[in-house]
Amino acid sequence: MLIGVPREGRPGETRVAATPATVRQLTGLGYAVVVESGAGLVSSFPDESYAESGARIGSASEAWSADVVLHVAKPTAEEVARLRDGALLVSLLSPALDPELVEALAARPVTALAMDAVPRISRAQSLDVLSSMANIAGYRAVVEAAHAFGRFFTGQVTAAGKVPPAKVLVVGAGVAGLAAIGTASSLGAIVRATDVRPEVAEQVHSLGGEYVAVRAAEQQVSTDGYAREMSEDYNHRAAELYAEQARDVDIIITTALIPGRTAPRLITEEMVASMRPGSVIVDMAAAQGGNVAGSVPDRVVTTANGVSIIGYTDLPGRLPAQASQLFGTNLVNVMKLLTPGKDGQVVLDLDDVVQRSMTVVRNGEKLWPPPPVQVSAAPVAAPAPRPATPAPAAKPAASPARTFAVVGLAAALLFLVTAFAPDRLIENFTVFALAIVVGFYVIGHVHHALHTPLMSVTNAISGIIVVGALLQLGHTSALVTVLAFVAILMASINVFGGFAVTRRMLRMFTRG
Amino acid sequence: MTAVSAASAAYIVAGLLFVLSLAGLSKHETARSGIVYGIAGMTLALVATVGLASRSVEASAIALIVVAMALGAGIGLWRAAKVEMTGMPELIALLHSFVGLAAVLVGWNGYLSVERGGAAQTEVAPELLGIHSAEVVIGVFIGAVTFTGSIVAFLKLSARINSNPLTLPGRNWLNVGALAAFVGLTVAFVASPGPGVLAAVTVLALALGWHLVASIGGGDMPVVVSMLNSYSGWAAAASGFLLDNNLLILTGALVGSSGAYLSYIMCRAMNRSFISVIAGGFGNEGAVVAAAVEGEHTPIVAEEAADLLRTAKSVIITPGYGMAVAHAQGAVAELTRKLTDQGVEVRFGIHPVAGRLPGHMNVLLAEAKVPYDIVLEMDEINDDFANTSVVLVIGANDTVNPAALEDPGSPIAGMPVLAVWEAEKVIVFKRSMSTGYAGVQNPLFFRENTRMLFGDAREQVEAILKAL
Repeated sequence: MLIGVPREGRPGETRVAATPATVRQLTGLGYAVVVESGAGLVSSFPDESYAESGARIGSASEAWSADVVLHVAKPTAEEVARLRDGALLVSLLSPALDPELVEALAARPVTALAMDAVPRISRAQSLDVLSSMANIAGYRAVVEAAHAFGRFFTGQVTAAGKVPPAKVLVVGAGVAGLAAIGTASSLGAIVRATDVRPEVAEQVHSLGGEYVAVRAAEQQVSTDGYAREMSEDYNHRAAELYAEQARDVDIIITTALIPGRTAPRLITEEMVASMRPGSVIVDMAAAQGGNVAGSVPDRVVTTANGVSIIGYTDLPGRLPAQASQLFGTNLVNVMKLLTPGKDGQVVLDLDDVVQRSMTVVRNGEKLWPPPPVQVSAAPVAAPAPRPATPAPAAKPAASPARTFAVVGLAAALLFLVTAFAPDRLIENFTVFALAIVVGFYVIGHVHHALHTPLMSVTNAISGIIVVGALLQLGHTSALVTVLAFVAILMASINVFGGFAVTRRMLRMFTRG
Repeated sequence: MTAVSAASAAYIVAGLLFVLSLAGLSKHETARSGIVYGIAGMTLALVATVGLASRSVEASAIALIVVAMALGAGIGLWRAAKVEMTGMPELIALLHSFVGLAAVLVGWNGYLSVERGGAAQTEVAPELLGIHSAEVVIGVFIGAVTFTGSIVAFLKLSARINSNPLTLPGRNWLNVGALAAFVGLTVAFVASPGPGVLAAVTVLALALGWHLVASIGGGDMPVVVSMLNSYSGWAAAASGFLLDNNLLILTGALVGSSGAYLSYIMCRAMNRSFISVIAGGFGNEGAVVAAAVEGEHTPIVAEEAADLLRTAKSVIITPGYGMAVAHAQGAVAELTRKLTDQGVEVRFGIHPVAGRLPGHMNVLLAEAKVPYDIVLEMDEINDDFANTSVVLVIGANDTVNPAALEDPGSPIAGMPVLAVWEAEKVIVFKRSMSTGYAGVQNPLFFRENTRMLFGDAREQVEAILKAL
């Protein structure tokens, strides 16, 4: 089958759906590839390099009339009309926000896969353009902020005086936020970050940021890897936090997005007004309505008090070569999934949850929205989101009532056994019960590396049974003595062997 | 102060020393003092006991004691000095069986010197005789289960018998039936003590111990060894009840409960049910069908692996049982030193159940002089894989299997695993494409960022060293 890679028509779109490197991978899957002349020009991939990689250079109509069309931006109505019957289109479609486009696609006998509808499960990570683009966007947001910001990021002590470090607040620690945290802290800034999901604190720390928690009772545990809307009380407390931070920081980068909705308004006009002149805000959600009051998509707005609000919506496209490479690789991975035979034939398997989620239209049949996919719990890590944290962590603890019942039953049983036992046993039981508890607590925090030495020393200690045999030897019959002799021999092997081997092991453990 | 009170005092001190010993063994800093406490406690207990015994028995008996202990000490020290660190699990399993056997013998002796004498015996007050009989049976039972269970574990670990789980029809009912029969026999023995009943209990317990461990697969042996450790403690405690000896009870219960807790920690690490380990026969609930894994793996050779390592910023090594089998720990340690010298950050990620014994990998790496502070456990290192350039998977399989998290139909579904696949590149050292102990295919091998380095782990690591 033929794959067509047309030149992007949307104004300002600098990316391209295939690079020379990904063309080679596509031909490896058995496809022929036609690239529209000049498609990669803005991303610094000239036609010749595509030709070298095995692609044919063709016209726009050739690319659009291929069996499979790979595209970056949402197609326009005209572009949809150029698809041939039975074609497969793979591109960004934002089906949740653009029902007209979905209808337009469904009106044609074509199949359309949305790159922005990949479920957030670990198997689908390699297809997820939202992650790969967000990673670039987060980096670029910091670069844009640094460009507009009139000072150093890093603190310096120079002969000409002391320079304080810049303070950066990142709102939302998703993939973009984490990339921004990593970039800003590697430039030397003091980075703080907030997020509705407390579990990301660790990831923020790992990139050199400081996690600032919203002091609210409500906490969010994500089931699908994305953030959700929060309650009134939470938003109120969060607003207090943002107001407090706005007075203190030099740069704010907001990344708060809720899939399929307008972005939440987090930074109000008063907060912007409270910032120092020369401060910079990058609103990465500007395209979805903006997190910041006064941000304008694709524009830089300077407020009356000298704060620049950057609302670029094409942040990934500002690194065109890199973005094309990652986007193109995501597309190659989609094609790998769709080409199980590696024979250049597309097989769409709607039983596969990944393919089902992405399929918006199949042969003119509208399949949007797909059934929801629940990810066990997928916090995002940098730079790419991480697959599920182990599910058993979520196992509910036994209810207190049940615990009390078990403890009560055990106590009653122990009471009955002891109450009816003769005196001698009572003393023994006391020792027995207390020793069990001590044994349980004494190794409660054993270091994992010492499991084997611990086991071998307890093994040596359990050789204490030799004491029993010692007390029996020499009494009553000769048979008893023989048996006791064997028991002493066995237990002694244990005692001496166990201690010796433990010592040998412990001698090996050294600190570097 | 009489000899008896002195001995009792010594027992209390010895018991406390054992507590200190176990507590000390929980941390690297105090581990060595822990073992000194243990040895001191044991010496004190032995001296006190021999002193106590010497008052009531003849000199020839004391001579016998000395001979038995000297023989045992000789054998024990010899084995301990000779054992290779890769053979540690077998040795510990074997040592557990000795405690079990000793408990059986002590139990039989208890019967021979008390019940056997009938009404003529003077050691136990007549009204306590029933309790004594029950203690004899319980002690023999636990001891015998420990004995054969440890023997089977030893045979499986040293590959003398097939390590596949034995699946008899209705094996759970066999276990339950054995326990019911044990209760019945105990009642019978208390009513009328006789050698036949006690022999029946012994045989029953020996068979039960054998069956419990035989029905557990080789991959789950770390938990089994730890569980047997616990059993051997309970066996000692049971003998303590029999002999009315608080030191035995205290020490046995200490070992028993700490061993049980250790097993519990490990069961949690493997997402196994603790009850099903005690009951025997787990790890073979093969009802759900796992998704078949297909795809292509990308092989590389040692020189290419060396190139990857040379340009890496950080490297994590995740060893498994295969490293022990290939005796590759020395070469791995050498590789670690070389990479560290070149400025690469090298760390180790150890899965809680890697190897055939809890902490097995740590012991092997320690033997090869890898500093223990770069050897981290799963929870400490799992978040760092995403920021790692290269992961070397050396002889590990199920512990790095992404199917555990992603495929709910997989037999190991839900088991926490090392997320090696998040790293930029994963190099898997493997003999062939065969499956691991759980018999599950590993999708890791077919990932795009995975490279397969086939061959003997030690030879391959040495080849990389040469290329570096």
